[in-house]
Amino acid sequence: MTGNNFGFTDAPASSGREITYLEAIAESIAHEMERDPNVLVLGEDVGGDFGGAFKVTKGLAARFGDDRVLNTPIAELSFTGMATGMALMGLRPIVEMQFADFISTAFDSIVQFAASTHYRWGGRVPWVVRAPSDGGIRSGPYHSQNPEAWFVHTPGLKVVAPATPADAKGLLAAAVRDDNPVIYFEAKPLYRSIRGHVPDGEHVVPLGEASIRRTGADLTIITYGSMVHESMAAAGALESDGIGATVVDLRTLKPLDTDTILDAAAATGKVIVVHAANRLAGVGAEVAALIAEHAFESLDGPVVRLGGADTPVPFSPPLEDAYRPNAARIESAARRLAEW
Amino acid sequence: MLDARLRTDMYAWMSLTRAFDDQMVAMWKSGRGLGGTFSQRGHEAISVGVGMAMGPDDVATPMHRDLGTYLVRGMTPERIFGNLLGRATGPSQGRDANLHGLGDLSLGIIGFISHIPQALPTALGVAMTFRHRLEPRVAVTFIGDGGTTAGAFHEVLNMAAVWAAPLVVVVENNQYAYSTPLNQQMASADIVAKAEAHGVLGTRVDGNDVEAVYLAARDSIERARAGGGPVLIQADTMRMLGHAIHDGAEYVPEGLLADWEQRDPLRLTRNRLVEQRTATPEALDSLDRAAASRIQQAVAAAEAAPFPDGDSLTDGVYA
Repeated sequence: MTGNNFGFTDAPASSGREITYLEAIAESIAHEMERDPNVLVLGEDVGGDFGGAFKVTKGLAARFGDDRVLNTPIAELSFTGMATGMALMGLRPIVEMQFADFISTAFDSIVQFAASTHYRWGGRVPWVVRAPSDGGIRSGPYHSQNPEAWFVHTPGLKVVAPATPADAKGLLAAAVRDDNPVIYFEAKPLYRSIRGHVPDGEHVVPLGEASIRRTGADLTIITYGSMVHESMAAAGALESDGIGATVVDLRTLKPLDTDTILDAAAATGKVIVVHAANRLAGVGAEVAALIAEHAFESLDGPVVRLGGADTPVPFSPPLEDAYRPNAARIESAARRLAEW
Repeated sequence: MLDARLRTDMYAWMSLTRAFDDQMVAMWKSGRGLGGTFSQRGHEAISVGVGMAMGPDDVATPMHRDLGTYLVRGMTPERIFGNLLGRATGPSQGRDANLHGLGDLSLGIIGFISHIPQALPTALGVAMTFRHRLEPRVAVTFIGDGGTTAGAFHEVLNMAAVWAAPLVVVVENNQYAYSTPLNQQMASADIVAKAEAHGVLGTRVDGNDVEAVYLAARDSIERARAGGGPVLIQADTMRMLGHAIHDGAEYVPEGLLADWEQRDPLRLTRNRLVEQRTATPEALDSLDRAAASRIQQAVAAAEAAPFPDGDSLTDGVYA
């Protein structure tokens, strides 16, 4: 994927500059740190001149000081738990997982403590864990995962997954300002491959609101993250054959924008749910169940789900390509569904 | 020697803790409780001694055997019994069980983290916040011997030393992790040495001697407050009843309990106060009666308090 070449933008061209998805994340972190002295960054290799494995935090230490860009030892469980302690005291830490795959090491501190604390006794935990997720870049089982379903299944968390540079900036700002623990799944394959218009300065995209990326009358594709771009490409190809597709970008996975999901499903009567995460018991299963339960009378065909296989994410190109949905598979599933 | 009033106060807080525990154990054994609960017997000197050594602006992450710390920091017996009985008046408003969920940041208390080793990183985050803000405050965390065998123990000691965090780790070694004795948990019971291997100052204290605990905690907290870095206190005691109320602890040798009973923290303190003529037996009896009466009053209030409304089920999932 190169350039914003999928026929959509999510901000008026006049309102900002074209920057990459990665630059948008970095810009948002700096903006939030500038705005609120309680915001700080911590994680492995984030500090100094190095600026993290993906260079998202490069330049922050020089600008904000080592105290606010805290380099940690390799200890995800404890530095994530540390962020919870900081958040309870009123700081707003942004924790960088070097890869989303490593988040399981911190799982206990996230799901057992951070997520439940407000419900159990009223303590607020306003942190963000940034989780560089997703594959397609030949990184193998430990550097390609999409573990969002674990966290969507956990009461008390919020989960976001931006697909565009503007949303990457705006959703991160909203996540930092939210008083709850938010897991922010950034899609590694989009880091430098996607450019888009991003508003200068203040830009906040509210949590819990999906975005309709395009509209078509025949079917609805509901997706998020990198698969938004694959779905837009598929929709473009379908249009040339006279099949109109609506594409819904969920943007926030918890809480889900149920109204937009159900309205978009009802409008076309045919729905495909797509994500890069493995399909079994994934977020798409919940979306499909919501539609089956609440929009059944509007449906003109089965709700179709596309997702990763029930395997670890494999390394070698033929294997990973077989694992992952892509524009061609979405298009072919859409053609079958259109004929239903 | 410590001030006479302070030493008598230590006894009074331990007496209140013991009175609470005796009442709670009796209620739960007779079916007047709700769910399970955890006896404090044997831990009173640690929870009271450390609690009294903390400053008003310090923050604690106590565990389920630190009732004394909650009480010393101002959580009322009414609220704690309210929590134990699932009432709306407990700090968790019926959402968390027994001695869990007793969080109240206005009292500098973070609610008990059931996965006890998780208290360590949480307290480190509190300490790092104080360091970040240049506030002269200290985080004090409590774990048991069992908490030292999990990974977070080593991760946090390591990081706390790297950053010279104002953190005091109190390890309440009560000889058992549920049914597993110390020698089956760790080949070396020298927890101080483990702290020192990470660059954390360690000190070991008789966990049944409230004055010794108080002094060790006071010195450790003041060192951390002054920027001297983290300290670990190993306080040795014995869990005198089972892990939880349902547990008869048949796996504990009777002789072991009998030996420790001779060194019961309240008896030890009482004898010392009387021998040193700091207090008369009558004055201490009077404190015991006041504690028992205070607990009766708390139980009556908690039992009369309302349960939470079932309609409030989803309230508070999000802030």
